[in-house]
Amino acid sequence: MGIGLAVLNRIASSPTIDKLKLRKTTEKAVYEGAKSGFRVAGASGRVFKRVKGSGKPTRLARTSDSGVFDLEPTEDQQMIVGVIKEFSAEVLRPAASDAENVNDTSKEVLAQTSEFGLTLLNIPESLGGLSEDRSAVTGVLVAEALAEGDMGQAVACLAPAAVATAISLWGSDAQQQTYLPDFAGDDIPASALAIAEPRALFDPFELQTTAVKTESGYVLNGVKSGVVRGSEAELFVVGVDVEGQGPTLVLVESSTAGVTIEADPSMGLRAAGLSRLILQDVEVSADAILGDGDAADYRECIRLSRLAWAGLALGTGRAVLDYVSDYVKTRSAFGEPIAHRQAVAFMVANIAIELEGMRLVTLKAASRAEQGLDFAREVALARRLTSEYGMKIGTDGVQLLGGHGFVKEHPVERWYRDLRAVGLMEGAVLV
Amino acid sequence: MINLETPRKFRPFIKQAHQVAEEFLRANSRKYDLAEHSYPKELDLLASLVDGMGDSGQGQGAGASAVGSRDEKDDQAGKGKVKNGTNMSSVLSIIEMCWADVGLLLSMPRQGLGNSAIASVANDEQLERFKGTWAAMAITEPSTGSDSAAITTTAVKDGDAYILNGEKIYVTSGERADSVVVWATLDKSLGRAAIKSFLVPKSLPGIRVERLEHKLGIRASDTAVILLENCRVPAENLLGNPEIDVKQGFAGAMATFDNTRPLVAGMAVGCARAALEDTREMLAKAGVVIDYDRPAQTQSYAAATFIAMEADWEAALLLTLEAAWLADNRKPNSMEASMAKAKAGRVGNDITLRCVELAGTLGYSENELVEKWSRDSKILDIFEGTQQIQQLIVARRLLNLSSAQLR
Repeated sequence: MGIGLAVLNRIASSPTIDKLKLRKTTEKAVYEGAKSGFRVAGASGRVFKRVKGSGKPTRLARTSDSGVFDLEPTEDQQMIVGVIKEFSAEVLRPAASDAENVNDTSKEVLAQTSEFGLTLLNIPESLGGLSEDRSAVTGVLVAEALAEGDMGQAVACLAPAAVATAISLWGSDAQQQTYLPDFAGDDIPASALAIAEPRALFDPFELQTTAVKTESGYVLNGVKSGVVRGSEAELFVVGVDVEGQGPTLVLVESSTAGVTIEADPSMGLRAAGLSRLILQDVEVSADAILGDGDAADYRECIRLSRLAWAGLALGTGRAVLDYVSDYVKTRSAFGEPIAHRQAVAFMVANIAIELEGMRLVTLKAASRAEQGLDFAREVALARRLTSEYGMKIGTDGVQLLGGHGFVKEHPVERWYRDLRAVGLMEGAVLV
Repeated sequence: MINLETPRKFRPFIKQAHQVAEEFLRANSRKYDLAEHSYPKELDLLASLVDGMGDSGQGQGAGASAVGSRDEKDDQAGKGKVKNGTNMSSVLSIIEMCWADVGLLLSMPRQGLGNSAIASVANDEQLERFKGTWAAMAITEPSTGSDSAAITTTAVKDGDAYILNGEKIYVTSGERADSVVVWATLDKSLGRAAIKSFLVPKSLPGIRVERLEHKLGIRASDTAVILLENCRVPAENLLGNPEIDVKQGFAGAMATFDNTRPLVAGMAVGCARAALEDTREMLAKAGVVIDYDRPAQTQSYAAATFIAMEADWEAALLLTLEAAWLADNRKPNSMEASMAKAKAGRVGNDITLRCVELAGTLGYSENELVEKWSRDSKILDIFEGTQQIQQLIVARRLLNLSSAQLR
């Protein structure tokens, strides 16, 4: 099983769902204020107390190969997805429009997801997390369920989990002991996995953000983009090109001198508070390199991040399919529901067909990842499908609603903007 | 637990099927593409091999009659447990066979679509009586294609027999098979519910092959026009229930398709895989490197196109396996079967054609097989329900609309 019982206990005992009656939380949502157009120094943030490592880092076990073709999630997975879907429908969906307007996700929403233990799904039990085994499939199912509510807020909620997962998967013992306890605590640090750089034809294996070796460590220079809630973030895991070594992940605390955050409001995902992270002669110590800086770790990080984006596309795609299915049956033209016309009905059928196809390929990639099989090919294919057909679903969704699809009275135009992100984002989320 | 790898218990059998397919089918691919209508005698030996495997229970559903089979033993053994059964193994086997040659697969003795129909709708007595027959399937008529409910071939009860009259076209293996499953109506005024299928042995007087078609692809497979003129068929050869149940309507006859559509999807998946494999080799020789980690848009057009084709292929494969998995686990799969057929049919055709384009005059030439696969693949988006019919089925299910609402 991918998840320990601890997760289920935590979800089952979470008071949020019963007590707050969910919807109410969104009415009194507290935001930091509109988040566009600022340029500030990194959040002063907390001081992470350095802990000296005592040996080998803890790693999650792989899931074993069952040998049986099966599309049924485990009972644990069904339960987690059930709770998150409810949260997604009752909280994220109604809050989506407000969150988008202020370019941020409310503190209540973030607090609720950390209460579910979202950050902890990939942190080993011995480090305060909730997991026994590695489950990329659970990660995909969770991303899908969140994005069915709202992709922007889903990304904001998953961003700290991405950093926690990275440290848990590749960090040294010292790094795990230094950072992970905070992610297992009550006050989870806002944090972001920053890989992308703002230029056309960006390739995560050809980074322009550099790390130059000095006597005491490294000096970092460059600009990263697609950084989730950058102005709040206290910890970054950043993709940098280490001189003579190639792309590597490095830990950067936001209070480090030379770290600047610039708002980068984009076409969609506005609730994720996308920002740029500007690194100007930022000095970090030699042990800031995540783990041993293995090229294979970086490669795996890119793949798992793309997998998470594929998972998000599945959720938003599902939202479109359900929404247009209702719409075409109730909207009439020429005296009957437009669903009675093949030109309309076939578009809906094709949305369903492509969505199911990309879902299966994404799940295959995830199940190979957690079984320790090579999954480079499957991730590439899932990314291609979710990018191509995810966007097709977005644009057809708007088309099916006609003029109604183009206005903000319906959420479909937001899904259209969000779905464009899927094939081009790197980093930010991780399963 | 979610896992989309090939079931472990089928892996050795698939390897075997692949070797057989390579030796018996692929090796003779071009020969029978060029010699349309000549009997592929190499298949006789293979067919007896498949029969033998079926009889000894080692076939893992290698044959056409395995789909939708009611395997009681399996049912009890697998109660409450996820099962990978004969629907899955049949699809996997067909993928290997069609990787080698779709036309020759369709020409396999005793593995006709009629055999799948018998397996799906015949009663136990009929299953026993028709064992070992090679049954073709006759539905389409000159003026009735996708609207199979509108067929005009009639069956009139006369004592202990039915008298069949009509013309059937596009009967796969119509000449080589020794019997034909014929769709005919008992009473045109009662619509779909009155359509029944009959197993008509070709030895009976009144049934004959009128001519064979010359085709774009799958030339190894014979496609016949069959005439029924006062053909007297024993009443006990009516497959399934002879009563006209207006409530149940077409469902019985259509049930066959839920089982055979994943198989045809599997044919498209196998054929497209062949094209992808050869094209990959040809591209490699031309110096194209395909890197799954680097963004496709930073790679060559050929590499990006290849990744895009592989992605569509993988989606088609998994949709096909999903439809089979649902059937094996006794879950409704009508919509998923149509999804698989729609996706596999269109991408199978698209992939093979694009492979020819990438390979240039090399791919267009008869020196390579990819041009042949791009001709073969077209039929897979047409027979057993066209692309448009599949979309219609998916849309009706999805939107919960009747055939009167969404026509």
